[in-house]
Amino acid sequence: MSNDIRIKNGLTINLKGAAKNIVKKAPYPKSVSLNPSNFHLIIPKMVVKVGEKVNVGDVIFYSKKDERIKFCSPVDGIIKEIVRGEKRKIIEILIDADNKKKIEPSIIEFEKLNPDEIKNIILNSGCWPFIKQRPYDIIANPSDKPKSIFISSFNSAPISADFQIILQDQKEEFKMGLQVLSKLIDGEINICIQKDVSTFINDIKGIKVHSVSGPHPSGNVGVQIHHINPINSGEKIWTVGPEDVAILGRFFLTGIYKPIRTIAVSGAPVKNPQYYKTIAGSELYEIINDAGIDSNDSLRIINGDVLTGNKVEPDNYLGFYNNTVSVLREGNQYRMFGWVPFINNVVPSIYKTSFSWLFPNKKYDLDTNLNGEERAFVVTGEMERVFPMDIYPMQLIKECMAENIDKMESLGIYEVAPEDFSLIDYSSSSKIEAQYIIRKGLDLMIKEVG
Amino acid sequence: MNIRETIDKLKKPFNKGEKWERFAPAFNAFDTFLYVPNHTTKHGAHIRDAVDLKRTMITVIIALLPALFYGIYNTGFQYYSQLDIEYNIIDLFIHGSAKIVPMIAVSYIVGLAIEFAFAVFRGHEINEGYLVTGLLIPMIMPVDIPLWMVGLSVAFAVIIGKEAFGGTGMNILNPALTARAFAFFAYPTYMSGNEVWVSEASNIDGISGETILGVLASGESSLNYEPLQMFMGSIPGSIAETSTLMVLIGAFILIYTGVGSWRIMVSGVIGAAIMGLLFNLWGANELMSFNWINHMLVGGFAFGVVFMATDPVSAAQTVKGKWIYGLLIGVFCILIRVFNPAYPEGVMLAILLMNVFAPTIDHYVIEANIKKRKKRGIKTAVNIA
Repeated sequence: MSNDIRIKNGLTINLKGAAKNIVKKAPYPKSVSLNPSNFHLIIPKMVVKVGEKVNVGDVIFYSKKDERIKFCSPVDGIIKEIVRGEKRKIIEILIDADNKKKIEPSIIEFEKLNPDEIKNIILNSGCWPFIKQRPYDIIANPSDKPKSIFISSFNSAPISADFQIILQDQKEEFKMGLQVLSKLIDGEINICIQKDVSTFINDIKGIKVHSVSGPHPSGNVGVQIHHINPINSGEKIWTVGPEDVAILGRFFLTGIYKPIRTIAVSGAPVKNPQYYKTIAGSELYEIINDAGIDSNDSLRIINGDVLTGNKVEPDNYLGFYNNTVSVLREGNQYRMFGWVPFINNVVPSIYKTSFSWLFPNKKYDLDTNLNGEERAFVVTGEMERVFPMDIYPMQLIKECMAENIDKMESLGIYEVAPEDFSLIDYSSSSKIEAQYIIRKGLDLMIKEVG
Repeated sequence: MNIRETIDKLKKPFNKGEKWERFAPAFNAFDTFLYVPNHTTKHGAHIRDAVDLKRTMITVIIALLPALFYGIYNTGFQYYSQLDIEYNIIDLFIHGSAKIVPMIAVSYIVGLAIEFAFAVFRGHEINEGYLVTGLLIPMIMPVDIPLWMVGLSVAFAVIIGKEAFGGTGMNILNPALTARAFAFFAYPTYMSGNEVWVSEASNIDGISGETILGVLASGESSLNYEPLQMFMGSIPGSIAETSTLMVLIGAFILIYTGVGSWRIMVSGVIGAAIMGLLFNLWGANELMSFNWINHMLVGGFAFGVVFMATDPVSAAQTVKGKWIYGLLIGVFCILIRVFNPAYPEGVMLAILLMNVFAPTIDHYVIEANIKKRKKRGIKTAVNIA
């Protein structure tokens, strides 16, 4: 069954440097990293020591709060370093990868198992961290009984990865993953596809497919949930990324934890924007070098898309979840009278104060300049223009700043994730850091309400 | 050495830990006026829209310019057309500029001085909002108001109307209208009557000029003005409010760029039209029977609805709230005009009144949203049970 959802409020930002439909196999990484900062609010409890030998799927650390949630090695190798910061906080675990050994694949029979047994298999496989929950956008609690599972099968953020390309050779794994996930809940799994795009997902049985149209953030799973089955106080919905479903499916098909990541390396400074198949947590260096960037420019490399990702250095590692690595020019230069309307047309605007709107299909090469300075809230109505939920974004942001828990709850904090506010970050004329404020608000709710 | 390097050199004593650090906001205001700073995104989205408050505010100023230029012209026109002397268009502009430019200068100097002082004192950057307020204040004053009154009104509006509430973004009342209301109640003889609307009317016997609403309020029915004149704006009134045409050009700029709220403008016009039509049907006095379309052409209604009611800080903030807020401004504007002979022009008080009620309107709009969410939660809970 197909249901149509039309997103009206939002914004399509046309950027140069979208990845071409070429998938290259990246060389097997020399080292990989597990970075606890990828797992929001997880405090790692280490299981291994430096110098220890680990195999694929061996537990590296587990969550201090819930020992069932395990984080496993994506490669065979040796623990090279445990990087610690202040108060011995674990920043990153680096693993030197050996050449991979062959393991005989063996299918895992799960049809006859009950949901708890399947959960245990997933927890022990290292695949559990791929299951995230709303509210709060954190790793799901295995004890919860969610009312549904949602998967968004497309990205609407600018120059982000196209899951049609990523899943094209992982269809069986993806289907298997869906079957496993559907065992965990009572109802059907909800998958959102882009309207008018033909995809193999349409032919999968036993799932509920919704077609969604409209500008970004129509691909955000939170926006889709809001329009299909909104979260009320006390309810939980689980979400899984499309390639993460395939990783889970691969585990059940082969018995091997193999977190393959197909990443789109995109951005205007990239010479050959294209896809690379690698392992989650791989070194970025070789991939970015292969894609080719102009090293003379000062560049920003981002794990994730340009609206929600994290800044990393070129010698850092790929994140656990992201399918996009974006590269932007740093905007650390002054622009004389850059604020005068109708003069500087190289930066698009939701306001028609530059001539950028005359060329709706023009692609832009944006840098990381803030294009102004932070100011008090003045302009109203601009947040609503890019926020397609029946929630008052500015009021919610203000209550988060005031840490007013009751008001945050009644204004709909359970339904939002920071990524839903990324366009508000982008378009705010007062340069409000909405994602940051909402993340802090969500963390406060976790602390106070749980 | 280029300009940028010169500025960086001059800026050195203002940097953190240097001797003039406290005055950094004042220096930054000039620096960021010349150059969009080199700040890059730290957290959140890595790319940002071109718009910032400077650009928003400058767009409003551009929208104000047609009305301002017409106001300068009309000041000269009202003056010369009543004197028995030859004049040309340049004379009109010279006379108008001589009257109005000093007012603008006083408004900016006094207002910005206070803004700078508060920014330095509180250690925050200077907000651009006053660029618009500072231009609006002289535009809505009668032309003959003494400059010291302009200065005093500005000081009152900025200190009591804005900074006392916490500065830009926190004020309840529109600062420009606060300045006008202050002058209106503190110096009524300079702000109303029939001798203040035309330049030099109180000094030269040959010149007089009452506003159309003033004439109607005094019960006279003989109007010397055609609707086209009212629309074009060659009538007595506050400096920049007279020309509906110029205000419409401004409204077009605001709506087209997306900077001003079209919802408030449209609903304001609807509210005034409804009230005007109702009073036309009633028709008990001159003001009631004054054609509802003409009601929108005279006085400060058009200027108020386009430039004052749409001030985002003092207006309602929700979409539904904006509709209600604008509608009520239109309704109250005509209501005050018709029923309160002491205030022939009601738009200032109507907007200030709705400024006060805007948070209440928003409160109920948001409560409705909250109730909807709660109801949905209960419904689902019942279904599960």
